Amino acid sequence: MKYFVCVFLLLALTAHADDTDYASARMAMLTEVQNYAKLARDTDDATFNDDVMRALATVERHEFVPESEKPFAYENHPLPIGHGQTISQPYIVALMTELIDAKPDDVVLEIGTGSGYQAAILAKLVNHVYSIEIIEALADQARERLARLGYDNVTTKLSDGYYGWEEHAPFDAIVVTAAPSHIPPPLIQQLKPGGRLVVPVGGRFMTQQLLLIEKTEDDEIITRQIAAVRFVPLTGKH
Amino acid sequence: MRVLSIVQWHHFAYMIISLALLGYGASGTFIAVNKRWLEPRFDLAFAASGLLFSIAMIACFVLGQRVPFNALEIVWDPRQLISLSVIYLVFFVPFFFAACCIGLAFTCRKSFVSRIYFFDLLGAGLGAVLIVGLLFARPPQDALIVLAVLALVASITVGVRLPPRKALIAMQILWLGALLFGMPQNLLGMRLSEYKGLSQAMQVVDSEVLTASSSPLGLLTVVESPQVPFRHAPGLSFNTRFVPPEQLAVFTDGDSISAITRFDGDFSALAYLGDVTAALPYQLLSEPHALILGAGGGSDVLLALYNGAARIDAVELNPQMTALVRDTYADFAGHLYQDSRITVHTKEARGFVTQSKDHYDLIHVGLLDSFAASGSGLQALNESYLYTVEAIRDYVQHTAPGGMLAITRWLKLPPRDSLKLVATVIEALRKEGVADPGRQLALIRSWNTSTLLVKNGDFTANEIEVIREFSRSHSFDTAFYPSMPASDANRFNILAQAYLYDGVSALLGNDADDFVARYKFHIAPATDNRPYFFHFLKWSALPEFMSLIRRGGAGLIEWGYLILMATLIQATIAGAVLIVLPLSRVKRSWPHGIGTRMGGYFFLLGLAFLFIEIAFIQKFILFLSHPLYSVAVVLSGFLVFAGVGSAYSGRLTQKARQKERSPVDVAVAGISAIALLYLVLLPFLFQQLIGLTDSIKMLFSVLLIAPLAFCMGMPFPIGLSRLADGAPNFIPWAWGINGFASVISASLATLLAIQFGFTTVVLLALGLYVTAASISRNYIR
Repeated sequence: MKYFVCVFLLLALTAHADDTDYASARMAMLTEVQNYAKLARDTDDATFNDDVMRALATVERHEFVPESEKPFAYENHPLPIGHGQTISQPYIVALMTELIDAKPDDVVLEIGTGSGYQAAILAKLVNHVYSIEIIEALADQARERLARLGYDNVTTKLSDGYYGWEEHAPFDAIVVTAAPSHIPPPLIQQLKPGGRLVVPVGGRFMTQQLLLIEKTEDDEIITRQIAAVRFVPLTGKH
Repeated sequence: MRVLSIVQWHHFAYMIISLALLGYGASGTFIAVNKRWLEPRFDLAFAASGLLFSIAMIACFVLGQRVPFNALEIVWDPRQLISLSVIYLVFFVPFFFAACCIGLAFTCRKSFVSRIYFFDLLGAGLGAVLIVGLLFARPPQDALIVLAVLALVASITVGVRLPPRKALIAMQILWLGALLFGMPQNLLGMRLSEYKGLSQAMQVVDSEVLTASSSPLGLLTVVESPQVPFRHAPGLSFNTRFVPPEQLAVFTDGDSISAITRFDGDFSALAYLGDVTAALPYQLLSEPHALILGAGGGSDVLLALYNGAARIDAVELNPQMTALVRDTYADFAGHLYQDSRITVHTKEARGFVTQSKDHYDLIHVGLLDSFAASGSGLQALNESYLYTVEAIRDYVQHTAPGGMLAITRWLKLPPRDSLKLVATVIEALRKEGVADPGRQLALIRSWNTSTLLVKNGDFTANEIEVIREFSRSHSFDTAFYPSMPASDANRFNILAQAYLYDGVSALLGNDADDFVARYKFHIAPATDNRPYFFHFLKWSALPEFMSLIRRGGAGLIEWGYLILMATLIQATIAGAVLIVLPLSRVKRSWPHGIGTRMGGYFFLLGLAFLFIEIAFIQKFILFLSHPLYSVAVVLSGFLVFAGVGSAYSGRLTQKARQKERSPVDVAVAGISAIALLYLVLLPFLFQQLIGLTDSIKMLFSVLLIAPLAFCMGMPFPIGLSRLADGAPNFIPWAWGINGFASVISASLATLLAIQFGFTTVVLLALGLYVTAASISRNYIR
């Protein structure tokens, strides 16, 4: 019996140590993301807003990556999650999340659930997240994972994201996690007046720019393209 | 090369050249070090090497693909560099054993050297050509089996002369059986990088490969995805109400999607094609005669048809691609290529334009590369003769008065392709004698594409109004048109600043050179001498970009280029460890000063030979239309005629001695004269002869290469035979040092060509030859 108690205590301590390690790694990641935000945004004193950072601080990113990638879960870079997909770089996740300007009552559509990490971040900030994935294995894993971690305001389905999710439209915001050759017209139609749609553009490991589409109250479409990184002047001396 | 292009990306092909040379260098050293043991056991060693070559060819193909390597992740994960090294070493093994066979034959059968050399070169020359035919007939993995069987036959041919050795015979028979009957297909299957377009498409539920056809021009895979249909429509307006119809995706080498669109004659289903940036020229031209360069799956042909083209000439390089639209999926594509208005030409685009006698109302260069490939900089090493100053001049010369050239490119931020293209066009127009190129340019952009129009003549006020209205109604931004006010830029897809308008204005201004010099990306015009349109990296900006990687700046860097650098470093280390280091076991006894002088001589020869060879492979791509043809023809030409030159070197030495001249001087004078003549003559010759049939062009190429290769084949054996007289113990070092230099020079030549152009690489090689001749002059007479 003593033996079992010892083992149990040891396991509990190890698990606790693991959690502490992850928590401190997460804090280090937050610091890095926040520091970089100052450099990446339009003005020198800009930082990510507190809500976004709080979401980043509470979602356990290590739960969303494969076992082999757990040691790197809180590194500020994208990681492979299998099936040719990635979990985005935390910095890009923060940037995208902030760009949609999420509010507590918002209903958000995500195209491309992937690991479920972006949906989990959004779930901390909005009323409900609907997320669509086209790869069956990923859709199953993400559904199970989000349920296990208690994200009950996220609903996922396996489907073609091109036509959005008609029954729950319109949405306050739409996040498309990988850029297609064109933005599906149905998605723009399912955006509320005043709503925002954001898409990272570039390869899986290299986001080059972010596309932000805003629908005005008059249903007019305004788009902005935001370089993921700020570096000026473009024609500086070197 | 084909296998690596398919499972990874094109730039790994350069690794193979370096690997082959490393194999030869390392085997030379291995044989030199173990000569005493190997010589009496020649038959056994040869048979074993042949068998191991055959086995390694298959085993390393299987193993190499299982190394977990992701080229795209190299930016984030240093472990990928280790994987890259492992792949390099795995693929080195078969080359090592192949070279052992040849090296053993040379070393141990000295009395037959000339016959061995003849058959070696004949085989190499034939092989370089026959593999192209084989790759047309069979997929790469089947071709590999054929090659493995050939290697095994060589092993058996020598093995049968041995006193029976049960183990060897058993292995040969077992392996032959395995090759012919027992090779599991799934073992030999190609495992594509999971980040390539085809791999991603196949992840989607119910997606299915309908057909796959392979040739040296590429592996074409047609995929249908009924649940989540492909809808490839780059540059589609946000304002469109139309959705593209069902499409089949055609992937080339697992990437670069080209769509075959379902068409049943009902043009209303194609209405989306009026709402893309590429539709702009059709708003300005009435029922044009259009030339589509790069027809692919026919998307741009449909675009032309939908937008009212009266006649369409579509040019596609790959006959298998044409056959997919014309035959295999003719019903799906609505018998598009049977339409009387459309003529399909299976030709290389640039060559087609050069030889065409027609003048077109519109020349349209299609968008055939994928954004992902373009965006990740993996194309940086791909030469493209479609976007050079000379190419643009060709296109413009073939437009009718008032006609237009239209080029659509992916839009990257900060801009690279789009501005480099504009810079290239401006240079071309200036060379055509256009005083004010800005009067003939218009550029619009969507969020992910830009379409550039170059008119043969000035844009009229009416045309400018059409461009503005088309852009406004589709929420596309005008980035440039003649006399455009700054207020008209950056209105719909808002960028942090009006990059394109500012850039084009600067490129047209008096300080254009200064702008290009200060721009953080390399946007100087691409030329036939430096046809690296996709190369944008400036070394001076690299430290800044590297510091920005974790802040979202990874996309600023072309990783293909840096992987080539990594390959060069790896080749240098591997060459030093596998070729030079083991030579320290060879007894060093040669006259004082020989080591440095002749070491330098063979090192310089190794660099110079490959510099010229690689530069000519690249140069002949323009003439022979495809890298693979160029590699096959130029390589076999160099092999065969360098061999002939080598055979003649003895007589040259005698003749030179009679005239009291160094034979190396004579050979180098020949190399220099011919190479310099070609630098001047080749562009002109290519221009004149590009219209000939492929086989005649190949023959002509070999004839051109022959005299140069003949001279280049001489300095090496001249040096060796001098060493044989005066310092025989240095011979293994000479081989080793030469091999080491060759290994380095394969990657180095490409890096130098990208940075400075082919002409510089050739001139540099001539400088190396002259230096080699001068440092050896007192010794070789």
